[in-house]
Amino acid sequence: MTTTTAVRQRPHAGYDDLPRLMGLMTGDEKHGPAATSTLDALWVLYDRVLRVTPETAGAPDRDRFLLSKGHGPMAYYAVLAAKGFLPAGWLPGFGGYDSPLGHHPDRTLLPGVEIGSGSLGHGLPLAVGTALGLRARGLYGRPSQDPRVWVLVGDAELDEGSNHEAVAYAGATGLDSLHTLVIDNSSASHALPGGIAARFEAAGWSTATVDGRDHEALYAACTTPHPGRARAVIARVEPAYN
Amino acid sequence: MDTMRERFTAVTSRLLDEEPRLAVVLAEIGTDGFAEAARRHPDRVLNVGIREQLLVGVGGGLALAGMRPVLHTFASFLVERPFEQVKLDLGHQDAGAVLVSAYGSYDWPAGGYTHMSPGDIALLDTLDGWTVHVPGHPDEAATLLRHAVAAGDDKVYVRLSQQANAAGRPVDGAGFLTVREGRAGVVVAVGPLLDDVLAATEGLDVTVLYATTVRPFDAAALRAAVGPGPADVVLVEPYLAGTSTAYANDALADVPHRVLGLGTARGELRRYGTVPEHLRAHGLDPASLRERIAAFTGAEAGTRAGTRVAA
Repeated sequence: MTTTTAVRQRPHAGYDDLPRLMGLMTGDEKHGPAATSTLDALWVLYDRVLRVTPETAGAPDRDRFLLSKGHGPMAYYAVLAAKGFLPAGWLPGFGGYDSPLGHHPDRTLLPGVEIGSGSLGHGLPLAVGTALGLRARGLYGRPSQDPRVWVLVGDAELDEGSNHEAVAYAGATGLDSLHTLVIDNSSASHALPGGIAARFEAAGWSTATVDGRDHEALYAACTTPHPGRARAVIARVEPAYN
Repeated sequence: MDTMRERFTAVTSRLLDEEPRLAVVLAEIGTDGFAEAARRHPDRVLNVGIREQLLVGVGGGLALAGMRPVLHTFASFLVERPFEQVKLDLGHQDAGAVLVSAYGSYDWPAGGYTHMSPGDIALLDTLDGWTVHVPGHPDEAATLLRHAVAAGDDKVYVRLSQQANAAGRPVDGAGFLTVREGRAGVVVAVGPLLDDVLAATEGLDVTVLYATTVRPFDAAALRAAVGPGPADVVLVEPYLAGTSTAYANDALADVPHRVLGLGTARGELRRYGTVPEHLRAHGLDPASLRERIAAFTGAEAGTRAGTRVAA
């Protein structure tokens, strides 16, 4: 869905504005998509997949997006600003003492941010609990409005044992309101044998692996029905450089 | 008498019927007792398998979704193994939960050190905002569990024990109770060690305070018991010796005082056996306690008390 309210608030904020918004944080006006692995996936989620707006950011049945990969959050902040969750005027303070925008996000300081993250391996277990909690609250039963939970993790982050616990449990219990978006920039030192999708499939998840810069492919993978199974979308992007 | 764990299962099962926000999360341990509750509330009694990091992470997620989660397993696996989850998935997220542990410091000596967690309270003391209940009787456990569940979105730790006092006391989930009054010193007995402390101080001229809610530490009660000072204070805790010494010192900052912290030893005992044997090894049996409390406070021992301890 489109976030009409966000468009009202920032009539020109679109995908092409993201480099400028990111430049407010980094000072690099030429910040291109290649500089951040999560930018396109975040944009597609917030522009077309997630059913949440600044006005519904506190609604019980909103979709949840949990950024587990909390380091390097400039793309996240830029997308949130473009969609009206955050004032763009906050961006230049990035990392400052008086700024709510840290180098890792803090949910208690930022509107629309569901979790504080930075330490790897926490988002996916929290997402499992959130999905279970929404189910326990009886918020399911109207398919068009069933709240969905999305969590974005990095490929190397999947090395954390806590994620293995969450992947195994969500797969075994068929937690189909749970969605994991894996940004695969080949940054794991010891890659999962058979690839990332194989790990999720072995645990019983529905999976798709797509080009993480291809907006249509991302959209299709993120909106494919997957009844009775949790869903993992692996978005492959150019390898990380340090 | 039922155990605190059995009471936990019964009380929490009833609360699940009464409180729609309540959810119980288990990691395989304790699932039998909740089988009936799980049939009645399949979405609110969850077993994540042997996955303790996920246990706490799921608790954080449940809280973020508006639920009141109760998480239960042995203390070693609830507080120590997933400690960063306790710190981040609850504390940093500003999410609440009720952690209910079993086995504590020496409840299953034959199980060995892998199932002992004498440092759990000290570890939680490194975090902000935790309420800690240490009941000394199944009736108190029931009362304190109800307080914990009803405490909004607070972070609450309830430490259940196999060891229990003979009778429950009217605990309120907040302050210390004055059980005995004397002039030579103040002894704070925590949870299941009260009966041993009362036996140990029989005939000694000391005040005995009973603490079942140890965090926040009831500084006002200790301050009132001490009076103008100078004061000798002995803390008797069923976990690491000295865990609450800093809290007692802070409470008495403006009073000349000495504090003796008694509890389990830091050194690993590497012994199996029974609870009484471990209490003796840690100096927490009545005879050892009497000797140490009398020596520290200078309180005189009467013959009746000596007989009682020898018995």
